[in-house]
Amino acid sequence: MPDPVIRAVGLSKEVMSGEAPLKILDDVSFDIAAGESVAIVGASGSGKTTLLGLLAGLDRPTAGEVWLGNRALNGLSEDARAALRQRWVGFVFQSFQLLPALTALENVMLPLELAGASDAGPRAREWLARVGLDARTTHYPKQLSGGEQQRVAIARAFSGEPQVLMADEPTGNLDGATGAEVAELMFRLNRERSTTLLLVTHEVTLAARCGRRLSLATGRLVGDERSGAVGGSTTA
Amino acid sequence: MLDTVRLAWRLLSRDWRAGELRVLIAALVLAAASVGTVGFFTDRVKGALTRQANLLLGADLLLSGDRPLPDQFMREARARGLAAVPAIKFNSMVQAAGGAGSAVLADVKAVTAGYPLRGAILLVDPADPAGKVARGVPAPGEVWIDSRLAARLGAQQGSKLAVGESTLTVGAIVQQDPEVTSGLLALGPRLMMNLDDVAATRLLQPGNRASYRLLVAGDAVNAFRDWAQAHLDRGQRVESIRDLRPEVRQTLDRAEQFLGLAALVAVMLAAVAIALAASRYLRRHLDAAAMMRCLGAPQRQILALFALQFFALGVGASVVGCALALGGQQLLVVLLSGVVSTDLPAPGLWPAVAAAASGLALLFGFALPPLFALSRVPPLRVLRRDLGLPRAGGWLAYALGAATIALLIAWQAQDATTGAIMIGGTVGLLAVAGAVAWGLIAFLRLLPQRGYSWRYGLANLRRRPLASSLQIGALGLGLMALLLLTLVRGDLLKNWRASLPPDAPNVFLINILPDQIDAMHALLQRELKADVALYPMVRGRLVAVNDVPVDSTRLTDARARRLAEREFNLSWMQEVPRSNRVVAGQWWKPGETGVMSLEDGIAETLGVKLGDVLTYDIVGTRVSARVANLRKVDWDSFRVNFFALYPPGMLQGLPTTYIAAARAPSNPAWLNGLLAQFPNVLAIDVGEMLQQVGAIVEQVARAVEFVFLFTLAGGVLVLEAAIAATQDERLYDAAVLRTLGASRRQLATAQLAEFLALGTLSGLVAAGGATATAYVLADRVFHIPFGWNPWLWAIGIIGGGLGVAVAGWLGTRHTLHQPPLALLRQFG
Repeated sequence: MPDPVIRAVGLSKEVMSGEAPLKILDDVSFDIAAGESVAIVGASGSGKTTLLGLLAGLDRPTAGEVWLGNRALNGLSEDARAALRQRWVGFVFQSFQLLPALTALENVMLPLELAGASDAGPRAREWLARVGLDARTTHYPKQLSGGEQQRVAIARAFSGEPQVLMADEPTGNLDGATGAEVAELMFRLNRERSTTLLLVTHEVTLAARCGRRLSLATGRLVGDERSGAVGGSTTA
Repeated sequence: MLDTVRLAWRLLSRDWRAGELRVLIAALVLAAASVGTVGFFTDRVKGALTRQANLLLGADLLLSGDRPLPDQFMREARARGLAAVPAIKFNSMVQAAGGAGSAVLADVKAVTAGYPLRGAILLVDPADPAGKVARGVPAPGEVWIDSRLAARLGAQQGSKLAVGESTLTVGAIVQQDPEVTSGLLALGPRLMMNLDDVAATRLLQPGNRASYRLLVAGDAVNAFRDWAQAHLDRGQRVESIRDLRPEVRQTLDRAEQFLGLAALVAVMLAAVAIALAASRYLRRHLDAAAMMRCLGAPQRQILALFALQFFALGVGASVVGCALALGGQQLLVVLLSGVVSTDLPAPGLWPAVAAAASGLALLFGFALPPLFALSRVPPLRVLRRDLGLPRAGGWLAYALGAATIALLIAWQAQDATTGAIMIGGTVGLLAVAGAVAWGLIAFLRLLPQRGYSWRYGLANLRRRPLASSLQIGALGLGLMALLLLTLVRGDLLKNWRASLPPDAPNVFLINILPDQIDAMHALLQRELKADVALYPMVRGRLVAVNDVPVDSTRLTDARARRLAEREFNLSWMQEVPRSNRVVAGQWWKPGETGVMSLEDGIAETLGVKLGDVLTYDIVGTRVSARVANLRKVDWDSFRVNFFALYPPGMLQGLPTTYIAAARAPSNPAWLNGLLAQFPNVLAIDVGEMLQQVGAIVEQVARAVEFVFLFTLAGGVLVLEAAIAATQDERLYDAAVLRTLGASRRQLATAQLAEFLALGTLSGLVAAGGATATAYVLADRVFHIPFGWNPWLWAIGIIGGGLGVAVAGWLGTRHTLHQPPLALLRQFG
């Protein structure tokens, strides 16, 4: 097995809820290898999104360690974590999270520009074409449908050519057919770029397309199941 | 009820701690402080005027004329059992006897025993800072001078002063005399002497404008007033406390109106900030209100809950605003110390009430509609968050707010026209500035955009074009006012001075007697190495046009009435004078008589045409002449010029004095020598006069600047309110950018870019507006060359950019420190 891309060691997260501390994540550990596609599944409130946030360095754990590549996030400042994310991680959210003031093209350019790329424009255009939105580059998010917005978000996530794509309920705000299209697009690009895919979902069909499923219940890792299939291979 | 109060208090203190109310409070404080500052200040000055009113004249009634008053007035007054004393006011050069030191032009008042009939003269007493009341008047051979004259002459009690051809001794230093009209526009230093000494000074020559007065006091003064009114001749008038110093009161009224309206611009901007802050407050409290309704609270209780909070807020902020205003008005008094006496009565309570009322009116005009919306929030919102989104707007909200503003302006402007101009002007300026801003924002989009910071910053401006334009307009307005008052004012003065010819005379010599011409001419030739022309001057009053007597009361134009009332300076000349140009008719030929020349502006004011026959009364002699030509006069040349000119010979034999204008070195030695030889001559130093006027303009401008600082503060508040209103969007953007890997520094640059652009555009609007105003003032109003000032643009743009960048950064910096996951959850 190659070196893990993501490694969680004894991750715990507590928040103060009123007077008493509330444990959202409790001693979660696992490794994810490059090229794997992993679904994090579990009921509402099981700590899925919290886990994803910790893995991306969007939040700090109360205890335990997160490694991205060969870097431990724990000792890094907010800015250093952001820099690491910039190079390593692409994001897709349930509610798209596009910047309303920017056009589709500008949204896709954003991570490239943040990384200081000089060819942000052409590369972003290319990515929009790849998600089938080359005709809508100058549209603002509110002029796009939900499915189109999510495709812009996917283009944005991939434009920085990350090692890892993290997706939080990427089809949760879309109707069934559109959701399926978006999922298909995501898995296809993931395959083409051979990125590592980390997906939070409670949709069984989506989870089933991943090669590995981590199950959470009340903050604890209760299952780590692999299927023989590699992400999306069922359609291959 | 008590529970509601307690709950309201708890909610308020929680919001206070969370910093939710900062902008709202600041806007209320600003509104109350700006209205209060101006209110307190004008109240104090008016109080001083009223307090001293019956002392100001030194009498109950004052008769004055530009020639000695006929004896009948004094006889009649005394016959009616009234006290009556004569006095004369005129100007004279005063100098330390012996010709040492410089000569000073002073206001001289010659009085006689019994003066003043009301009030008292206070003399400086080293033992008592309040001064001591003078007994009687200066004895013959004695003068009393004020401290300003003493300082300028270096004189003290016992010093000998040359006044005209007399040498008089300083008997006392005057601390306050009854005719010091609370210090308002008291220009010249003062000297008081005995009426019996006047003749010996030989100062009262026909060319010296003197005011001959009769002070009257007693019970039957009103009946005497009616009698005197009926017996007044031209150039004579009656003043009493009733019509005391109308020009002073008018000036004060106008100043109050102007300052009040300037303060209202700040109030209007505060209203915008309050509206923005209140609508944000509404959005933030919608959930709480929905939950309370869900738990069974009636609308009435929710309304009471929030209204109570706002009322407490309004009262608190008004008190703070009033306290600031008390400091502000004192600063105004200090800034205007040369114009307004600092010895003013304490401010009254009324301006405080007005200031507090303004703040509360704004709060309820702009915050009440959102409050109603809050009380009507559907309880179902607790389940479906998209329900009952605030519709704080609606026509009712705007109508109530607009009515509040209109009411405040109507109250301050005191007449409909001024109020309408004010509202129209501010709204128009805001609209123009906003439209320009809109265009500029659109234009920026066309520029190549390198880097995400600029792209993101400008995108944020474009995202809310209306709000951005409003902010740019509001900030631009405040900056423009300050640019106008600082740079443009200085430019206009500088350009005017530069437009004066370099050889423009800087000293006028008047009151030269005919038998002094040759000696004076020789002296000027010797001292100044110049052939200075001396012009004859005869004073006469216009009495008839085409044999129809002039009735000044029927002239509607105030300036025309004043011109018809006073005495004209008439002169004679063979040739068209320099810097004059005949624009109608023909200049006279040698030997021609029975004709005259009139300046075309005064001809127009008086309604006189070419060919009309004007009759002047010159000390009892009537001289009639046909208007043969009209002249344009370049008054800026500072040469000796006359409204009315005659050919030589026509005014011969009438009482004449001579006037000369010369370019002289600033060294006063030659002038002292001249005045020693010709003590009756008055020397008017143009530079000194300009300096005095300039000093007053400077002070007034600084005071107005101070009031306009409130306007700028209003602009900044609109900015802060807009930042607060977009807080959620900014937090969201920051979270997304953070997730995409943006560093704190990158986030900060993007926000800085936005505010830098906002400020630069405001500065551009301000500099453009100030330049346009400067052009109109220079070209249309003052007729001086317009000077392009690059500093105006540099300071406007750089100052605006940096100022707004700092203000914006202060308002948004905490968005950089939020952990992204929590935010994404909140907005997801």
